[in-house]
Amino acid sequence: MSKFQYVIIGGSIAAVAAIEGIRSKDSEGSILVIGEENHVAYGRPLISYYLLGETDLPRMDYRPADFYEKNGVTLRLGVRATAIHPAKKTVELAGGEKIGYEKLLVATGSRPFEPPMEGIENVKERYHFMTMDDALSLEKALSPEKRALIIGAGLIGLKCFEGIAVRVKHTAIVDLAPRILPSILDEAGAKMVQRVLEEHNATFYLADSVAHFDEHKATLKSGKEVEFDILITAVGVRPNVELIKEAGGEVSRGIVIDAGGRTTLPDVYAAGDCAESFDVASGTKKILALLPNASFQGRVAGVNMAGGEAELTDAAAFNSIGFFGTHVMTAGVYEGEEHLDRTETSYKALFFKDGVLKGFILIDHPERAGIYTMLLRKRIPLSETDLKTLEGAPKWSALPEEMRRDFAREV
Amino acid sequence: MKRIYVNEKWCLGCHLCEYECAYANSGIADMVRALKGKTIHPRVQVDEDGDIHFAVNCRHCTDPVCVQSCISGALTKGEDGVVRIDQEKCVGCLTCVLVCPYGAVLPSPEGHAAMKCQLCTDNQMGEPNCVKHCPNGAIVFEERSAL
Amino acid sequence: MELYIRPDYEVVRNESRCIACRVCERQCANEVHSFDPETGLMRSDESKCVNCHRCVSLCPTHALKIVKTDDTYRENANWEAQTIHEVYRQANTGGVLLSSMGNPKPYPVFWDKLLINASQVTNPPIDPLREPMETKLYLGSRKANIVRGEDGLLKDTLPPQLKLSVPIMFSAMSYGSISYNAHESLARAAEELGTYYNTGEGGLHKDFYKYGKNTIVQVASGRFGVHKEYLEAAAAIEIKMGQGAKPGIGGHLPGAKITEDVSETRMIPKGIDAISPAPHHDIYSIEDLKQLVDSLKEATEYKKPVIVKIAAVHNAAAIASGIARSGADIIAIDGYRGGTGAAPTRIRDNVGIPIEMALAQIDTRLREEGIRDNVSLVVGGSVRSSADVVKAIALGADACYIGTAALLALGCHLCRSCHTGKCNWGIATQRPDLVKRLNPDLGYKRLVNLVSAWKHEIEEMMGGMGINSLEALKGNRLMLRGIGLTDTELRLLGVRYAGESL
Repeated sequence: MSKFQYVIIGGSIAAVAAIEGIRSKDSEGSILVIGEENHVAYGRPLISYYLLGETDLPRMDYRPADFYEKNGVTLRLGVRATAIHPAKKTVELAGGEKIGYEKLLVATGSRPFEPPMEGIENVKERYHFMTMDDALSLEKALSPEKRALIIGAGLIGLKCFEGIAVRVKHTAIVDLAPRILPSILDEAGAKMVQRVLEEHNATFYLADSVAHFDEHKATLKSGKEVEFDILITAVGVRPNVELIKEAGGEVSRGIVIDAGGRTTLPDVYAAGDCAESFDVASGTKKILALLPNASFQGRVAGVNMAGGEAELTDAAAFNSIGFFGTHVMTAGVYEGEEHLDRTETSYKALFFKDGVLKGFILIDHPERAGIYTMLLRKRIPLSETDLKTLEGAPKWSALPEEMRRDFAREV
Repeated sequence: MKRIYVNEKWCLGCHLCEYECAYANSGIADMVRALKGKTIHPRVQVDEDGDIHFAVNCRHCTDPVCVQSCISGALTKGEDGVVRIDQEKCVGCLTCVLVCPYGAVLPSPEGHAAMKCQLCTDNQMGEPNCVKHCPNGAIVFEERSAL
Repeated sequence: MELYIRPDYEVVRNESRCIACRVCERQCANEVHSFDPETGLMRSDESKCVNCHRCVSLCPTHALKIVKTDDTYRENANWEAQTIHEVYRQANTGGVLLSSMGNPKPYPVFWDKLLINASQVTNPPIDPLREPMETKLYLGSRKANIVRGEDGLLKDTLPPQLKLSVPIMFSAMSYGSISYNAHESLARAAEELGTYYNTGEGGLHKDFYKYGKNTIVQVASGRFGVHKEYLEAAAAIEIKMGQGAKPGIGGHLPGAKITEDVSETRMIPKGIDAISPAPHHDIYSIEDLKQLVDSLKEATEYKKPVIVKIAAVHNAAAIASGIARSGADIIAIDGYRGGTGAAPTRIRDNVGIPIEMALAQIDTRLREEGIRDNVSLVVGGSVRSSADVVKAIALGADACYIGTAALLALGCHLCRSCHTGKCNWGIATQRPDLVKRLNPDLGYKRLVNLVSAWKHEIEEMMGGMGINSLEALKGNRLMLRGIGLTDTELRLLGVRYAGESL
């Protein structure tokens, strides 16, 4: 049986960040990455940009070609881990091979959720939009005379639309929610973005769902009928928690971890879309299935696995996403006092509660938005800030002198 | 590493640094030709509110949140400590803009990418041009400790 | 009716170079420049321009220049435009004209009519890079008596001295007339250079007590800012009887420059013009002066030299003779070209005499009376270069005060608008947004640079003369020759004409 100091199940962003975290403390210990996908790490959100032609396969690699070699990482790609045995400190692979570890990171991510839909088996051209392989097979199916139907007007569904918009004849998008991007936009913001998408040949069926599928036709609950050639389902994801659950680790919505990335199993860590985070904006534990969060968690776990001390205490939901040049930035939760600034083409909403910034929506106001994110993530009390100025634009000059001293030192 | 620091006490809010930055990164040898009649998009920005002014550049953080948040791997922290952005890899999602606590990563005017101060290592200047031309020594390029 | 007076200057903007960065607009406290959003072009209102060159200096594309207007009245050698304007201005306002900095009128500059000697063959020059050259000196009275203690050993009875590493000090400029940052620059430069700066009659800011060993504190007719700790903090105390820029009148600090901090330092009310009396109301004779000298010495336990500063006036030599007998250790003489933060124009431009004449006469008189060693002589009032310093020492000075030159090093462009309180260079202002334009970290280095450069030049000139110490140069008028001077001028200066050998 081979044995590694560090074993990482999953080969995506959390894994890369964990490798970097480990190597910041331990330049020697052996590292094994077991990845189910047959690719080295790439930014999954890039797949829509790939379809748009804004990037290509070589450029999608998340790290330079020599990254794994330089960091002394053994890669096992296209291999699935089927079980972990915390008592024996081994990981079992499909086919029965066992590998020993000192520290284990579970970074297994998530998989597309498949709701039961009547007649779905009638549809031949069915796709998800999550992995590079999904994008490559979808790409093969695209053609200018085909009609697409996307189930789900969330981040994945709409980014998929942007990617395929000019490569298909027309796209219909159905969502159960009454507005698009329901998890990140309020009604006004959603309307504005919806208009942009409609200008690019999308037809929305909101507050609606498919009652029945035929091969080229979806009949909606409302009775409307939508004809299509390609179906993409993007209704959400489910975390891959089974390895931990079966090994006896605590799982809630996702794998339960502490601020240092430790699961309830000894020497087993978790990070990324399979694990929960403590969301500072809502004050609750939830899965923040976002690339940056996977990266933060992976790094923290890596540092701790290598004997360092790291904690993730400022996790929050935030998204920066563009559709045909319209840029949407959101963060946190939309509770409390609302400050709105709206024009024909841009939208800005800030939400203040308990003396801190709780959330924001910025449509086409990207400039220096990170200052708002910082205020939100660090829960900076706004009692001493020039709130009026801050509402106008994110600025450090509106913050107390004490904070501004930060500019005089290394950070 | 040597970084750019601003001292609010001496920053006059004259905005010269912004123009010197735009010039330095224009790739054009003559400042007038580089900037005349153009809207500038400098990588250093004077943050101001009333009598408070200070020029903000990339801080080249020890643990850069922009690098950790980059969805494409376009942002990296080099062995020299400089946080750089690979314009070829960048797809312009602006996640870095959304996470930079200093507001120092900026949308590039051409769209499809972000841009940031790279300490004039990516142009002909050789040394940070904003520092060189600050009339009051408010922006300096030096080694400092975390404390 | 107010008569329009056309501006003296025009702002010339090279439109082909201007990039409309608006730095000129942001940097002009006089609000000359503005941006026209409709045309995207910069505009200027020259009626507000004081020609301080802040915009010219900071314009990144060098698109600006300020030129003298060529608008002209009918030519008249007697009634020049400036004279006419002053009449108009007074007819408009009924007020006394105010000016700043030194007398700008085209009176002769005697420094420029004196040439320095050099050694050839018989008395070879000294190379200051290879051989020792002494620029250190002491200021104070040399009136030591030979006294033996009970043990029979000689007792040191030498009065207190100021030790200078160069024969240059920064002259009196008050906090109030100049900014906090200007003072900090001067104080730090004095410390690094091993010389002294002078508080003027503005008191000593609490932050600057730490530079006390390089500080000369002034006691002037208004007694502003004078108290026990102030006197104790200093290396020397200067009694200001007069100032070269405005002999016969007291100081004037416009109320606008009297901020909270200035008011606290000076111990005077905020925002109200501070006018110090023309005379010291307790001094009407040399005997009265002696009482103040003695009081100050008593107050500071005879540990600090006392300087008496007078303006160079017609009877300067006789007055100096009196001062030398008053117990003062040092006499400072301020020539009629000396600067000021505010003075009535007529006084500044018409009262007093050149420092060169006053110095030569005072040195001569004190020597003749055998009391030259009672005191040291410090001169100021337009010492513009190291050559002026060398000439002053050869005429009999121990050291020089520089004021205007120091301010130039800090960025002053001699626009002579100090009295408006809107100095764009952060020097003669108390407006916080303007004060911060002078970063003392940069300012003090420029002062150190200037004085260090002058020191090198002084060494070069001394070496050329074959002289290796200031002591050997002092009063050595044979090292000077006059050019373009009348017999009277030569006699008063005590120098021979160029070409005249020994």
